[in-house]
Amino acid sequence: MRAVRPGALKKRGIMGMNMRNGHYIGRYNNRKLYPLVDDKLKTKSIALEAGITVPDLIAEMDSNYQLKHLDSYLEGHNGFAVKPAKGSGGKGILVILKREGDQFFKPSGEAVSMKDMKRHCANILAGLYSLGGKPDTAIIETLINPDRVFDDFSYEGVPDIRVIIFKGFPVMAMMRLSTAESDGKANLHQGAVGVGLDIGTGRALRAVQHGKIIEEHPDTGVPLSTLAVPQWDTLLTLASGCYEMTGLGYLGADMVLDKDKGPLLLELNARPGLAIQVANGAGLLDRLRYVENLGEREYSVEERIRICSEFDF
Amino acid sequence: MKKTDTSKIAFYIIIAILLVSGIASILYRHYVDHQPWFPGEKARIWSIEGQVDFKALPDRPLTVRLNLPQDQDGYQVLDQSTASSGFGLSYVSGSGGEPVAEWTRREAEGNQVLHYKVNILEQKTFSVEENHVAPPVPEVVWRASDRTAARALADQVYALSADYSSFARELSSIFARSGQVDQNLQLLRSVYSDTELFTKLLNYKGIPAHPVNGLFLEDGRRNQRLVQFLKVYLEDGSVQYYDMRSFKLGLPEDFIIWNDTSGSSLDVFGGSDSGVRFAMVQQVMPLGGILDSFKEDLSILSFSIYDLPLAEQSIFKTMLLIPLGVLIVVMLRVLVGVRTSGTFMPVLLAMSFMETTLITGLLGFLLVVGTGLVIRSYLSRLNLLLVARISAVIISVICIITVFTVSSYKLGLTEGLKITYFPIIILSWTIERMSILWEEEGSKEVVIQGGSSLLVAVVVFLFMNSNFLRYFVFNFLGAQLIFMAVTLLLGSYTGYRLSELRRFSPLVEEQS
Repeated sequence: MRAVRPGALKKRGIMGMNMRNGHYIGRYNNRKLYPLVDDKLKTKSIALEAGITVPDLIAEMDSNYQLKHLDSYLEGHNGFAVKPAKGSGGKGILVILKREGDQFFKPSGEAVSMKDMKRHCANILAGLYSLGGKPDTAIIETLINPDRVFDDFSYEGVPDIRVIIFKGFPVMAMMRLSTAESDGKANLHQGAVGVGLDIGTGRALRAVQHGKIIEEHPDTGVPLSTLAVPQWDTLLTLASGCYEMTGLGYLGADMVLDKDKGPLLLELNARPGLAIQVANGAGLLDRLRYVENLGEREYSVEERIRICSEFDF
Repeated sequence: MKKTDTSKIAFYIIIAILLVSGIASILYRHYVDHQPWFPGEKARIWSIEGQVDFKALPDRPLTVRLNLPQDQDGYQVLDQSTASSGFGLSYVSGSGGEPVAEWTRREAEGNQVLHYKVNILEQKTFSVEENHVAPPVPEVVWRASDRTAARALADQVYALSADYSSFARELSSIFARSGQVDQNLQLLRSVYSDTELFTKLLNYKGIPAHPVNGLFLEDGRRNQRLVQFLKVYLEDGSVQYYDMRSFKLGLPEDFIIWNDTSGSSLDVFGGSDSGVRFAMVQQVMPLGGILDSFKEDLSILSFSIYDLPLAEQSIFKTMLLIPLGVLIVVMLRVLVGVRTSGTFMPVLLAMSFMETTLITGLLGFLLVVGTGLVIRSYLSRLNLLLVARISAVIISVICIITVFTVSSYKLGLTEGLKITYFPIIILSWTIERMSILWEEEGSKEVVIQGGSSLLVAVVVFLFMNSNFLRYFVFNFLGAQLIFMAVTLLLGSYTGYRLSELRRFSPLVEEQS
């Protein structure tokens, strides 16, 4: 991997970090609205109001004394996910697949004791994973049942779909597949596979791992070009609706496809990363500028999806 | 669109104002205040203390007049002070306009001591426009017994000379040839002192001349007395000085003229057995700032740190470097795309490196953070609340620093003493963050982020430690405005980072 000239990147319409921060996030995302997406509890409540489905909430804890009741909260739930409400970048998320007495098991098969669970929650409350170390709330959500179509595309973790929503337009999307290397996490820089998705069809465009094009999933060996997301239109409609819901102009919506509930909104991100460009083999700038040049007219969600599905850059 | 345009214009106007005023202030400091660009020029300051001793006569009012040095070629008087309890003091002008310190007292008894202290800056380039007005030549009266010898000697020199200058030169060479005995000179010397005789002979031929007093400058000397030089006024308005001990022409190196007029340097009325002795010390200081630190009436434009007391100045010496360090961090993050743990932690680290020196600082940092991570990994098993855990890490860091410092001192390594300069709270947070990073992302990420933080710290340190930049930032406050302008400009930079040229390179390469 060698360096290229800035002019070449510009020609391809690749967006750099400074451009994202200075031009798009700075201009289209009102600071005042950040708490809506930085706090998963708030996101959840406004999503429910807007009719966007989200994973069910089992419990929320904002003080240490509630940890005593953790056991009762978890009663009847075999699998669940513990998350910091204000966490970022997937930090502090603990996924439990099944429970056997006082032993909890992570997707990797690693056992976690009740004591470890409580310590993890206490860390969340103390603000270890939150932005700026502020005291936080721990939330426990029901586990997602990923749609069976993804079974062979992901190793351990739940594959999620990241859609970049600019002024309500779903400009780019990718699927993130966890691998053995990424330890069940869907972070591309940790070795997860990114699959660029065609906005029109929800089908795979190409797949990358560590910035290099790959043809098959490194663990399961399934050809990644066969990947197609079912209920794609519903998913895009929900994702695009997040613009009206939050008011944030530049947004990353993380969706999952649940076997029973269909597309769910997992979380929103006001500072979505740029790796999606590598996964799609395309730059964001051309699409963003196209939307910027559409003018002030209001477009319905359907119109926005239609316009984006016709992108050929 | 219109709104963004106007705000953009306002933004660039602000930057332009910052740049222009910054540059203007820097130019003003250089061209008007004569602040040199480079710190290299060092200058010597002589602190000279004169001590006047005398015995006060009973029941007599006292007046003590001491001639004071003035600005002269190569030497500039910076400031002066006196210490003399019980005496009234005023700075007055003598008969020739020369500065004189005058101590007065109604009555005193016994031995009296007066002190006078002056700081003089030695500066080769410094010159004073002096207006040497020749005093009227006094009429020379010889005693009858000397008259013949004096006339013969004067005529002999006169015959060998063409003008004032050559007369004085010939005369001085006769004086200097003490081995070859000139009958006339020998006779006259038995009656008059050399200075007296030299002056008289010059005046006899109508050449204006009088003795002046000067002082040889030598570091750490005490009990120095004034020495006499003869000042000869030439026809063209210039002057020459003759050493009255060696009879050589010209003023020697490291020599100042204490009083440039005829007459004595010290006059004591109402006292006896008076004398003045001098002690002196030399200080070598960077030229930049010396002038300022002694100037009192700087204009408002010459806004300078030197207006502050010395203790506050030293605080600013480090504080004014922070914007430089911060600017470098901004550059490395925005233009290069370096990831560091803690945005400005490298700046604080660099500042402690300045106290500890680089190698000691790096080793100390690695030792403290390494040991801290080990302790932290144990603490993480204890199930502690975050605040308590960080506090425990802080206490551990202090313990680690103490242990390292004491043990290295016992081993005879005084370098170890310096790690006490580390910012403890920052170190603790670094340990905490790195430890989380380790748990969540693995040791590789810890090495990357820790390594790049250290690298940035070293880069910042190299800049902050540069002699020139330290000097420049401290002496040209306008630099701060320029830092501000560049920071603002960088803040609005939306181009690619250097690291992105690599990161996104696959996107370009596939196409071609």
